[in-house]
Amino acid sequence: MSIYQLTVNKKKHRVDVDSDTPLLWVIRDVIGYTGTKFGCGMGLCGACTVLLNGSPIRSCSTPVSTLKATDKITTIEGLSEKATHPVQEAWVEAQVPQCGYCQSGQILAASALLASNPNPTDEDIDNAMAGNICRCGTYTRMRQAIHSAAKKIQTAKKS
Amino acid sequence: MKPSNSRRDFLRISTTSAFVLALGFSSDSRGKQLQKVNAAGVQINPYININESGKVTLFNPRPDMGQGTYQILPMLLAEELDIPLDQVEIQMTDGSDRFGSQLSGGSSSVRTRWIPLRTAGATVREMLVQAAANRWKVSLSDCATKDGFVINKQTQAKLSYGELVEEASHLPVPTKPKLKSFAEFTQLGKPSMRPDVPAKVDGTAIFGMDVQLPGMLYASIVHSPYIYGKVQSYDATKAMAVKGVRFVLKTERVFFHGPYSDSNGFDQKLRGKAEAIAVVSESYWSALKAKKLLQISWNALGFGETATEQYFNQAKAAALNEGNEYKDAKVGDFAKALQLSDYKVQGTYQTPFMSHAPMEPCNATVFVQGDQVEVWAPIQGPDGLVNDLSTYLGVKRENIKVNVTFMGGAFGRKAVSDFVMQAANLSKQVNAPVKLIWTREDDIQQGPYRPGMISAMQGGLDKDGNVLAFEHRLNGASIMASVFKADMRKNPDPWAGEGINLEDSPYAFPARRNSFNWVDPQMPVLWWRSVYASTNVFAQESFIDELAAEGEKDPLDLRLHLLRDAPKFVAVLNKLAEISDYRAKRKQGVSIGISIARSFASIVAHAIVVEKQNAGVKIKHVYSVIDCGFPINPDNIKAQVESNIVYGLSAAVCNQITRSHGKTDQSNFHEYTVLRQGEIPASTIFVMPSQDEPGGVGEPGLPPIAPALCNAVFLATGKRERTLPFDLSSI
Repeated sequence: MSIYQLTVNKKKHRVDVDSDTPLLWVIRDVIGYTGTKFGCGMGLCGACTVLLNGSPIRSCSTPVSTLKATDKITTIEGLSEKATHPVQEAWVEAQVPQCGYCQSGQILAASALLASNPNPTDEDIDNAMAGNICRCGTYTRMRQAIHSAAKKIQTAKKS
Repeated sequence: MKPSNSRRDFLRISTTSAFVLALGFSSDSRGKQLQKVNAAGVQINPYININESGKVTLFNPRPDMGQGTYQILPMLLAEELDIPLDQVEIQMTDGSDRFGSQLSGGSSSVRTRWIPLRTAGATVREMLVQAAANRWKVSLSDCATKDGFVINKQTQAKLSYGELVEEASHLPVPTKPKLKSFAEFTQLGKPSMRPDVPAKVDGTAIFGMDVQLPGMLYASIVHSPYIYGKVQSYDATKAMAVKGVRFVLKTERVFFHGPYSDSNGFDQKLRGKAEAIAVVSESYWSALKAKKLLQISWNALGFGETATEQYFNQAKAAALNEGNEYKDAKVGDFAKALQLSDYKVQGTYQTPFMSHAPMEPCNATVFVQGDQVEVWAPIQGPDGLVNDLSTYLGVKRENIKVNVTFMGGAFGRKAVSDFVMQAANLSKQVNAPVKLIWTREDDIQQGPYRPGMISAMQGGLDKDGNVLAFEHRLNGASIMASVFKADMRKNPDPWAGEGINLEDSPYAFPARRNSFNWVDPQMPVLWWRSVYASTNVFAQESFIDELAAEGEKDPLDLRLHLLRDAPKFVAVLNKLAEISDYRAKRKQGVSIGISIARSFASIVAHAIVVEKQNAGVKIKHVYSVIDCGFPINPDNIKAQVESNIVYGLSAAVCNQITRSHGKTDQSNFHEYTVLRQGEIPASTIFVMPSQDEPGGVGEPGLPPIAPALCNAVFLATGKRERTLPFDLSSI
């Protein structure tokens, strides 16, 4: 066991875990943010997606020892105050989630896409979201919600 | 759940509800509870709590796996109670007897609770109105209800339900509460926002995976690679050396319900339970690490050389037998009609074993303390779980408390409780709360699976292309044999004929015969979204198109003709033709294929447009029409059809479970592939307006999707796909 310093959702945390512990289990079981989910353990399904300095990563296959104290880790709980991120709002308006289990990862992947590409094409969406499986099949609504979140962000910028 | 599902909160709510509106009080260990009464011949259960402060709690008896019961069932209560759903708290029922059947399965939740829950809501509303009328000394007709208040129509005075609850609780229970007419509904019948959605976009929804208890230990299990089997020997030395590991234990996996007997044509002693080794640790990661260091030698108990290839060969051989006949599909004399036909057509269709692969792998948190058991788990049927645990642990049913969490998908997998019993077994052994989490590999490799089936079809046509004879022989595994140990050697599995019996499939064939040949799959099989309708309808609706081609009929025209006495089917097909522009002339290489099926009391038809590419075929668009009776939340119905399109297409063109040398060949999502963003066709979905009794919604969209695709592919390429899955890119 070793002590690691992590910055999760703008808060600093000291955790005492094995160096090979995936970030997923540190976030969930040590720090206590359970919105990040376990789905496959191999980086195949995207349920464990979090943002590392704004980019989506698979926390199930990211050992805690690879992270620096200055790295900014964002989980679904830290994406916004009171679920006010445009992607979250668009997700509610489009009634995207069904079972909801993959949605934290989907929302974080979509928010990272829009941060780097404010007006994504369908193909951009396909590429950015290909790593996130949804067994309920909410893909069509996610696509609609991403387009609508993009519009919200652009409108907010103009005003 | 929002955090309200924790035990602490449940207790708090129960004990402060001393003045719940009662249909009869009973005292039990959890304080005052509502009690069952009979009214108007309908058993009313205690689904509604209103306390003096006006807080209304509605109990949802059908666990939510994404299909929307968390909204719909409480809304049935809320509609008749006249309170908006956003003003109430929703709690899941706990498996206890007073809530009756609590299994989410068979797309049955609304169908079975449509009248009972509305009656419960109307009963309580009438008691509140009576209490208000008594207080105001006015007649009942002078009172109205709205948004949780009784209103005096004369004076416009208002009393909240909370102010009336105690008086109401002393009143006699109305025997014939009046239910609203469709026109009076204010909540049911229009698109509405699901109350669980906000918690599913900010990470606060609590799934089984998210349960945390003080002193909880984490467990991971090494199962037999043969699914069945015994542990010959094991060495835990290296595993025990992993920091945090507290126990390495022999445990087991119990397969479904008993009783276990040898008299059913296969040896239940070998299949009733399998041995397993568990690592119980202070963290899940250390349990996973230790698991990989275990050295175990297994006794496969004769299952070491089983293979799906061998099973399908047996099923194809079985298909040569006439099979045990279904009475609910029999019309005329098939053999004779076939003999008199001018043309005979045959087709053998194969559908694979499937894993449910919900996003949330099976998991459960259980604390066994002496004769008291508490469970937190994503489970489709808490009442069945109570039964299973009671039998398994030898604990009284009333000593078992189940906290149902949201399920991260289930699709049938979480209708059985093997994984919960494992967590209970471990908690009992280590005397602490244990959270057991299956890995994705456990999920994919251990079953239970949807049965792979062989459908042998035969049809006879006259020289004008009219269908004279139609036969469907089902050959394969029986879920009833797997789950309930039924003997299927001499009888057709009564569940396996779904989707193709005369009620579900009213094709007017002059002669018709369905039959079943049981083949032992040598692995556990289980309900998978739409179950046998998924396999049966694939074969049947594909074969209808084969008959159309042979008889030179248009597939839609042939169906409209054969379904001429089934007006709802005709209406759905006509609507499908309209929204898909079915009759339009399409360019070379672009084709439209259709399929229709009724399952779980709802009719769905799909039309799929495909385009031939340089290599393979691309799906351009899916059009769907659903008639599920009165559409309670049309937006959720659309969402479920969208969901079934994706789940069904994944099963048609991506994934399957194969097994060889006793082991499952796939392990995780790189081998059990599913459709992703970018692989999903656009869809247009129409929900038929209706004032008929509601039908199922969670499953009926699935069965007709694969045959619609295969019919489109045939029309575009001339190639008939009779085996699923198939590769769209290599047609």
